[in-house]
Amino acid sequence: METTVENVAANVLDEFEIPPLSPRELVWRRFRRHKMAVAGIFIIIFLILYSVGGAFFLSESYANHTDTSKRLQPPSAEHPFGTDTVGRDILARTIYGGQISLLIGLFAVAVETIVGVLIGAIAGYRGGLTDSILMRFTEAMFNIPQLFLLLVMAKFFAGKIPTIQLLGRTFSGSVIVIIFILGLTSWMYLARIVRADFLSLKEREFILAARTIGTSNLEIIVQHILPNSMAPIIVSATLGVASAILVEAYISFLGLGVQPPTATWGNMLDGAYNYIDSAPWLWIFPGILIVLTVLAINFVGDGLRDALDPRTLTE
Amino acid sequence: MAMLLEVRDLTTRFHTLDGVVYAVNGISYTLEEGQTLGIVGESGCGKSVSVLSVMRLIPEPPGKIAAGQVIYRGQDLLKVDEAQMQQIRGKEIAMVFQDPMTSLNPVLTIGRQISEALMVHMGMSQEQAYQRTSELLDMVGIPQTADRYTNYPHQFSGGMRQRVMIAMALACMPSILIADEPTTALDVTIQAQIIDLVKTLRDRLGMAVIWITHDLGIIAGLAEKVIVMYAGFIVERGNVDDIYDDPRHPYTLALLKSLPRVDRSSKERLATIPGLPPDLLGLPPGCPFTTRCAYVVERCHQENPRLEPAGLGHEVACWVDVTTGRER
Repeated sequence: METTVENVAANVLDEFEIPPLSPRELVWRRFRRHKMAVAGIFIIIFLILYSVGGAFFLSESYANHTDTSKRLQPPSAEHPFGTDTVGRDILARTIYGGQISLLIGLFAVAVETIVGVLIGAIAGYRGGLTDSILMRFTEAMFNIPQLFLLLVMAKFFAGKIPTIQLLGRTFSGSVIVIIFILGLTSWMYLARIVRADFLSLKEREFILAARTIGTSNLEIIVQHILPNSMAPIIVSATLGVASAILVEAYISFLGLGVQPPTATWGNMLDGAYNYIDSAPWLWIFPGILIVLTVLAINFVGDGLRDALDPRTLTE
Repeated sequence: MAMLLEVRDLTTRFHTLDGVVYAVNGISYTLEEGQTLGIVGESGCGKSVSVLSVMRLIPEPPGKIAAGQVIYRGQDLLKVDEAQMQQIRGKEIAMVFQDPMTSLNPVLTIGRQISEALMVHMGMSQEQAYQRTSELLDMVGIPQTADRYTNYPHQFSGGMRQRVMIAMALACMPSILIADEPTTALDVTIQAQIIDLVKTLRDRLGMAVIWITHDLGIIAGLAEKVIVMYAGFIVERGNVDDIYDDPRHPYTLALLKSLPRVDRSSKERLATIPGLPPDLLGLPPGCPFTTRCAYVVERCHQENPRLEPAGLGHEVACWVDVTTGRER
C-alpha cells in the first residue's frame, strides 16, 4: 500500500482504537510485575486446594480418630506426616486444621474490617465530637495489650457458645469465639487509616459536587468515599488474614484457642512443645503450613499495596 | 415573569479560631424564571459562599447562616430539613463547579456519576438511567456516548469533564443552574465552547442561571442582570447594560478598566486595582472599599453606604456620585 498522508493518519487512528485500560486492568498490570506476589497467589491457591480438596480423600472422623497404640509414630507410608501424641494422623489433621485456620483468618478479618471501617468512616465523616469520642475509644483499645485482651476474652467466653452445624460440619463454639476475639481486638489500626482517609476525602470537591445533586450522607459514605479508600482497606485486610492466622496459632499454642478435637494448625503445635527433639514431625508440618500461609499472604499484600497505590514506585 | 428565587438579607459567617469571618453580609437579590444573573467580584468577595448558602452546603460548623431568607417557589430553603433539601438539590437547583479536574469522583465511571441524580430524584431504573445518561452526554456534545458511559474521569480532558459536570447538573432538568466560575480552569477556546453550551441549553430548557465569575467579559454576552460583590456586600446591581455603559460604583469602574479590550490601543497599559480585598475577619465600620478607592471622602470611613437607586433597576452603594465626583 502506498504511504499517503491518509494512510498514515488511518494507521495512527487504528492505534488509538485500543481501548484504554480500566483501573482494574491497571492494577493487575502492576501486580503482575511483583513476582513474589504472583508466587504468593499460587501458594495460597495450593493451600486452599490442599485443605479443601484433601477433605475428599480423608474424612474428618479419621482426622479425629485416636489410637494410642499408634502414638508418636514417625512419617511412614500409612501416616505420611506421622501421628501425634494420641495417635491421630497428622496429614489428615493438617487438612482439617487448615480449613479451620483459613476460615478463622478470613472471618476474623471480616469482623475486623466491618468494625474498623464502620468506626473509621463514622469518625472521619462526622468529625467533631463523634470523632473525638470514637477515636479516644480506639486509642483506649490500642493501649490494652492485645494478648492480654485475647486471653481474658478467651477465658471468659470459653464454653459459653454452643457448637454449630454448618455445611455438614460441626464447628466447636470456640472457633466462633476466636473469630470474634481476633476481629474485635485488631480493628483499631484499620479504623485509624479509614478515618484519616475519610477526613481528607470528605473535603474534596467531588464530594461537594455529589452533595449538590442531592446525594444523601449514607450514599456519599458508601458510594463516593469508600471506593476511594478501598486500596488501604484491601491491603490491610489481606495482611490481617496472615496476622489472624498467626495470632490464632499463638493462643491455641497457649491452650486457649480452638479446643480439640477440632484441629487447627495452631493447636496442633500445642503439645508438640514437649517433643521438639524426639518427635519433630509434630510441629514441622503444621509449622511449615503456617509459615507458608503467612508468607504467601504477606507477599500478596505487599504486591497489592504497590499495585493499588500508584504513588509507590516499583521496579 | 414569575419569581423563582428570592434571597433576602442573606448573612453567612464562619466562626474560626481567629475570630468571626464575615463572608456574606446581608445580600438580597431575586431571580425570575429563565433569567440569567451574573455575580461578579474578586476572589474572596463572598460570591461562592453566597450561592453555597442558598444550597445549604456551607459546612456547619464552622460556617453558619446567621440571618436571611432564601425563598424558592414560596418556600424558605433555610427552614426546610436536610431530607427535603436533598430533594431540592440536583432536582430543583443544580450546581457546576470551578475545577472539573477535581469535581468528578476519580474511582467512579462517568455514567455512574451522571445517572446517580436520575436514580436519586427520578426513581429511574438502571436501564432507564443509562438511556437518559446517553442522551445527556449527547446533549452536552460528548460523542460516542455508549462507550463514554463506562469511562473514568481520567480518560477525559478538562473541557470534556466540564461538559460531564454540566450533564450531571442538568440530569433532572433543574429550574436553576448555579455555575460557580465554571470556565476559570479552562483555556480560552474551551471557555467559549462551555459558555455557548450553557447558553444553548438554558434557552432550550428554559432554566434560570446564576453565573459567578470574576471576568466581566464573560457576563456581558450572557447575563441579563448583574450583581457586583465586594467584601460580602452587594455594591452595585443592575441590568447588564447599566453595569457596562453606566457603572456607578468605583469598584465596578475599576473592574471594567482592568479588562483588556480589542477596541483599545494595545500600547495602553491595563489599569489595576491597588491592594487586596479586605480580610473579612471583623469588618471596619466604614465602606470596605475605602482603602483601594480613588473617590474616597471623609464619610466613607465612618459609614458603610446602603444600596440606593441610581436609575431604573440600577442600584449602587456609594457615598460618592462617580459621574460628578461629588458626594451625594
